Amino acid sequence: MGQITLKQVRKSFGDVHVIPGVDLDIKDGEFVVFVGPSGCGKSTLLRLIAGLEDTSSGVIAIDGADATHLPPAKRGLAMVFQSYALYPHMTVRKNIAFPLKMAGMPEAEQTKKIEAAAKVLNLTSYLDRRPGQLSGGQRQRVAIGRAIVREPAAFLFDEPLSNLDASLRVTMRQEITELHQTLKTTMIYVTHDQVEAMTMADKIVVLNAGRVEQVGSPMELYNAPDNLFVAGFIGSPRMNLIEGDEAANMGAKTIGIRPEHITIGEGAWSGTVVLAEHLGSDTFLKVDAGALGMMTLRATGDLRLNHGDRVQFGPQAGKIHRFDADGKAMK
Amino acid sequence: MARSVSRNRKIALTAAAWAVGLLIFFPVLWTILTSFKTEASAVASPPEFLSADWTMENYAEVWQRSDYPRFFWNSVIISIGSTLLGLAIAIPAAWSMAFVPGKRTKDLLMWMLSTKMMPAVGVLIPIYLLFQWLKLFDTRTGLILALMLMNLPIIIWMLYTYFKEIPGEILEAARMDGATLRNEIIYVLTPMAIPGIASTMLLNVILAWNEAFWTITLTTVNAAPLSAFIASFSAPQGLFYAKLSAASTMAIAPILILGWFSQKQLVRGLTFGAVK
Repeated sequence: MGQITLKQVRKSFGDVHVIPGVDLDIKDGEFVVFVGPSGCGKSTLLRLIAGLEDTSSGVIAIDGADATHLPPAKRGLAMVFQSYALYPHMTVRKNIAFPLKMAGMPEAEQTKKIEAAAKVLNLTSYLDRRPGQLSGGQRQRVAIGRAIVREPAAFLFDEPLSNLDASLRVTMRQEITELHQTLKTTMIYVTHDQVEAMTMADKIVVLNAGRVEQVGSPMELYNAPDNLFVAGFIGSPRMNLIEGDEAANMGAKTIGIRPEHITIGEGAWSGTVVLAEHLGSDTFLKVDAGALGMMTLRATGDLRLNHGDRVQFGPQAGKIHRFDADGKAMK
Repeated sequence: MARSVSRNRKIALTAAAWAVGLLIFFPVLWTILTSFKTEASAVASPPEFLSADWTMENYAEVWQRSDYPRFFWNSVIISIGSTLLGLAIAIPAAWSMAFVPGKRTKDLLMWMLSTKMMPAVGVLIPIYLLFQWLKLFDTRTGLILALMLMNLPIIIWMLYTYFKEIPGEILEAARMDGATLRNEIIYVLTPMAIPGIASTMLLNVILAWNEAFWTITLTTVNAAPLSAFIASFSAPQGLFYAKLSAASTMAIAPILILGWFSQKQLVRGLTFGAVK
């Protein structure tokens, strides 16, 4: 089981309230991603759940039992750190065995578990090496292996892929997702990368300045952002946000339209192409649309428009998001 | 780009370094040379450097006149004992200062260091009386305690700087993995800090071995280490430079050899943390 509930969890460092009060329900087996810009408190929230930081007030319950004041080891959670945090003086085998040894498991059973984990993570031929002799991706696998063998109630990942290069990041992202499908254990994953959040999560928690801005499935956040912050944070490239007359005409303070929800070649809006990024599959156009401001448009890869070209465009029907003066979405 | 140093400059710097090195080493060299001279040539004026009559007699006489092995073993037991006891106290202390510092940790560290600036003679009487009262006078246990306390600030400071270099996430990982504080220190922190602990240990053994003030003051016969052995040759019969030098050489030889073989470790230890 791995059900985690946060009730009015607060964390302050002196006078600084890093987490002003968070309520959250994480169901057993869910893959939850905490996402937000750096400094938004997502890592702190994870460390509170892990027990590595003391909660200033509020309750953290794991499987219904109050765990707020339990030490990390007693919470039944396993954590994978950004820096991997492997024990440099131990071989891969000993690294993975460490939590089992601490739990006092007999050696024969340890060996069985280590070998099973190594097989799942393709580490069998590296078991007698030290972390220093491994690549970044392999080290990350060892860190995951060390977490798996404990059979924890939930896995906590603290930006585990940010030290890897782009292509390895994509591979590891898929591996972690597959691992979740195999183990079906609760996973809480912290990242500042909204692509990781969108591709991996069952449920995304968007954090800003220690507050939960919105909780929902990736598509819920994408299709119906609750506020301007979520609208601007989820989706790549970012949603175009327009203020002024155009918004006022629709009865809103701000309107938002995603680059992929704009039809090119027809419509009421027009502008000059400032930049055209040809990715092959897609072309992203940065367009100076006069009173509307700078807009990003997504076109098919075969569209041949370049710097200085005039372009006519308009929003697709029903794809405009409206926000009031407080930045809240208008239904 | 590496800074280019001209050949002449290099030669001058090398010569200067050697000159300073020799200047520092000269008293030791002079002591060793004198220990092989006759008493007459040891006090000759102008001093004889290489033309003296070489002899091993001083060593033979020093060996016969006193119980060198007893002094030697006392030195070994006191220096190693005080070091091990010091480490046992300093490792947890440095752990808490490095990984769970409080508001006053820096002040505490400075205060500990400040005790080293106090002249030892300032606390001579209270310690002397305390030793008599606790029946620690002229015991190895007493000296182990005294020297341990004397060097504890340095041990804690050195370990603190090593521990600061160890990423906190690794210790947090150990905590997540179910390690108790004791296991975290034994299985994770200590093995990672072994180079630092080793050089701290070496330095402390050397300091304890060379300590003269307390070892001479607080002992008479039973617990007297090599520093007292040297002192015994400058006593009532007047000064015999050659024999005194032979005794000194016998006293410093073991630690000199230890220092020589471990110099790489020591240099690394003393500069560790200066450059990341």
